Amino acid sequence: MNEMTAIQTTLKDWESDQEVRWCPGCGDYAILKAVQRTLPDIGADPATTVFVSGIGCSSRFPYYLESYGFHTIHGRAPAFATGIKLSNPELDVWLITGDGDGMSIGGNHTMHVIRRNLDCQIMLFNNEIYGLTKGQYSPTSRVGTHSPSTPLGSVDRPALPCAFALGAGGRFIARAYDVSKDLPEVLKAAHAHKGAAFVEIFQNCIVYNKDRFDDFTAKANAAANQIWLKDGEPLLFNKGTQGLAMDRDLCGLKVVDVVDGDWEAAGVTVHDVKNRALAHMLVELPFGPFPMALGVIYDDPRPTYDEALLGQDAKAREGKVADLGKLLAKGQTWTVGE
Amino acid sequence: MASSVAAAETAPIAHTDTPEAVVVRFAGDSGDGMQLTGGQFTLSTALAGNDLATFPDFPAEIRAPQGTLFGVSAFQINFGSTDVSTAGDAPDVLVAMNPAALKTNVQALKPGGLIIADTGEFTKRNLEKAKYDSNPIEDGSLAKWDLLAFDISALTLEAVKPFGLGNKEALRCKNMWTLGLALWMFDRDRQPIVDWLKGKFAKNEIVANANIAALNAGHAYGETAEVGSHFKKLHLDPVPHTPGLYRTITGADAIALGLVAGAQLAGLPMFFGGYPITPASAILHNLAKMKEFGVTTFQAEDEIAAICSAIGASYAGHLGVTSSSGPGIALKGEAMGLAIMTELPLVIVNSQRGGPSTGLPTKTEQSDLYQAIYGRNGDAPLPVIAASTPADAFECAIEACRIAVQFMTPVMLLTDGYIGNAAEPWKVPDPKEFDPFPTTFLTEPNGPDGELLPFKRDARGVRPWIKPGTPGLMHRIGGIEKAIDTGNLDYAPATHQAQTDARKAKVDGVANAVPPQGVSLGNTSGKLAVVGWGSTFGPIHQAVRRARAKGQDVSHIHVRHVWPLPRNLGELLKGFDKVLVPEMNTGQFKTVLRDQFLVDAKPLNKVSGQPFTIAEIEAAIEEQLA
Ligand code: SF4
Repeated sequence: MNEMTAIQTTLKDWESDQEVRWCPGCGDYAILKAVQRTLPDIGADPATTVFVSGIGCSSRFPYYLESYGFHTIHGRAPAFATGIKLSNPELDVWLITGDGDGMSIGGNHTMHVIRRNLDCQIMLFNNEIYGLTKGQYSPTSRVGTHSPSTPLGSVDRPALPCAFALGAGGRFIARAYDVSKDLPEVLKAAHAHKGAAFVEIFQNCIVYNKDRFDDFTAKANAAANQIWLKDGEPLLFNKGTQGLAMDRDLCGLKVVDVVDGDWEAAGVTVHDVKNRALAHMLVELPFGPFPMALGVIYDDPRPTYDEALLGQDAKAREGKVADLGKLLAKGQTWTVGE
Repeated sequence: MASSVAAAETAPIAHTDTPEAVVVRFAGDSGDGMQLTGGQFTLSTALAGNDLATFPDFPAEIRAPQGTLFGVSAFQINFGSTDVSTAGDAPDVLVAMNPAALKTNVQALKPGGLIIADTGEFTKRNLEKAKYDSNPIEDGSLAKWDLLAFDISALTLEAVKPFGLGNKEALRCKNMWTLGLALWMFDRDRQPIVDWLKGKFAKNEIVANANIAALNAGHAYGETAEVGSHFKKLHLDPVPHTPGLYRTITGADAIALGLVAGAQLAGLPMFFGGYPITPASAILHNLAKMKEFGVTTFQAEDEIAAICSAIGASYAGHLGVTSSSGPGIALKGEAMGLAIMTELPLVIVNSQRGGPSTGLPTKTEQSDLYQAIYGRNGDAPLPVIAASTPADAFECAIEACRIAVQFMTPVMLLTDGYIGNAAEPWKVPDPKEFDPFPTTFLTEPNGPDGELLPFKRDARGVRPWIKPGTPGLMHRIGGIEKAIDTGNLDYAPATHQAQTDARKAKVDGVANAVPPQGVSLGNTSGKLAVVGWGSTFGPIHQAVRRARAKGQDVSHIHVRHVWPLPRNLGELLKGFDKVLVPEMNTGQFKTVLRDQFLVDAKPLNKVSGQPFTIAEIEAAIEEQLA
């Protein structure tokens, strides 16, 4: 997020004249709508908003938004975003990436943009598959994923994007999914965070990895298998009948039953977005024995890279005149007379 | 630089009267401070008004084991009372601080040349490390040279004794002792070096004074006869240079200054994205100290991020610059394609080194020419400029900036390890001598009915530059093929044909915006043209001059704009019976010339990591004209 004057726009103002080319039913449509709904709410200005993406289905995103957009090369969007933000810190920079783009070919850049804490929003669409290249398993695919490149099932363990981002030094970590009605709220929180805000969005690739996240996104499963985190509120799910409490012996979280809504008696932990240790536990919670942790997991801002670097540069310039003639004649010189 | 024949070719230095030029090589262990010694000797030479060219030659290892053959660091300087333009073929004087330095350098020394050796280092252990079976100082194997061997180590320890330094620290003053002797030999003023030492060791007065004492002791040693029988003090008159203010400059300095000047002339802030790599890092280091000129430097996580951040900066309205050496340039290839496709300005500096792969990181080569011209996927043309000398690198950097912003294109600037590290005197230019090329950004829709056409080309085929942040001009760009004018995604066969043609035509058109190719030396037609590019300028120039002095019909043509080639180059070459192309690769520019002009260009190739000597090119000219 950057300081900006709020601009009045509507969802329509954020629709570009480009034909949207995702497969019908792709989760990307819902994410696009959520973003187009969020931008007016946060008072964003299309003229100072820049969406930067890499390569992949998700990375087509900028074409469909009526703002400035740069569809770059595979995995490198964070580096472009860094150059853009350092050149014009007034711009509100959004990074769109996917599990292949951001966690595989561009893993290095994802790590560094988070580590440096560039002021931007990073939306990683995780569909656990390579869509654009027709269905190969990705670094977030679960063990045993059958795909054209892994006909016998994949054998390598998947990466956890939020754990990766937190490990890279992330100061804002959130999770949501494509069709969730709460996605705009999560995006707003990401935007309100000054610094690199990392949001993993589970996205349904209906062609190559259909309904992969049904275990917690399907209506029937939602209550029991989603836990929405709210700062200052107890970690409750399953309509308040269950919660997460500290297991002191194991130094981790455990699921506890909550009787008659008395979560305090059950020892349920209260969410604190500034508690980094808790964030580490939440991003690593194994799904199955635990529900999927969604919402803002961690939010504790630190000075941003762009502020620090540009501030240092400004300080170095203080009191100095840019005299090119003097610069050229620097060092030991001698004069040859007529 | 304009040049004339360097004289001291024939007679051994120690026995001639004052020669016109002298070549001195300082060689020692990488811990001996030879580069510092050479740098200060260069300064004193420049201050004495001699023309000069230097060639630092150091090992790839940062701290190679002491005394080993691969840990030898050398610095060669050619200076004279006439224009020199190369670091000289063979040294007249070799200063060898240990057996390894002697072993690796003595064969280059002219017959009859003078060896100054520190006997204090010719210990049994050091002789073994240098793989000498017997002590060359005593066994007569150096008979064809003039040998001046004495215990510099002991003399230095003696000189700095009053300062109470430890043995190791005291011995570090050896290089200043040697420098003092060299200053005496060539009749130089010690004061500038004394001033420099005081500045360098401002925080440690004892060390400063010890070094000054060593410097004075070396000088006094020359004065007090011991050297006299071997060598008499030489004074080389200053070269008559154009009046003005001068300094010495290396290619790495010149490029940083040229980029800053280029950005200023374009009226743009500069963003430099870099990643550490030998020998390109010096440009990043230099620019990081020039913030007040609107420079932002960013050390990226890798070469790819370095160029991508620079493209992002150009997209946001800065002049994006990145720099690397061959291996890093290879990594940047895909991003260059994006800059070509999105038609954004960008300057890419390639400080070439020996390749392929890691190759010879600290040695010079010109083998990235194909990579520069052709080395990307797809039909991806970009202009390529090659600097020929350290001073020329300044103008080339400005030229690269100009073409990048005027043609909305990435431009590659080729330099190499030799130009980067070598120093020569430079007449400090007045920034006003250069015509500004102010940049304009689109601020309003440029199509009919207020439509925005981000890829609408002007008469030269150049699209407008549009900064994000400009109200009403929101648009999307990317690496996918795009429709004419609108830039909307468009894979249609006719579109790709048209846009590929348009991108090529635009870059070809750069040839209309550069000066016609001239002849550096000689006539515009004749028997033989020696055609060079990049850092072979010095040796080609001297070789052609010598050949012409012998009455041979030969000209020197040096090409700065290696892509697209100057419009008249083909015609110019056709005026010669023969074309010879010396280059430090296996014949890349030769092939380009053959391809472009159907000319029977002959190669002269060298890839030893060392620059051409004048004699090598002279011999090739003889052969062509025989
Ligand atoms: S392949 Fe999958 S991710 Fe890509 S557009 Fe189609 S449904 Fe969406």
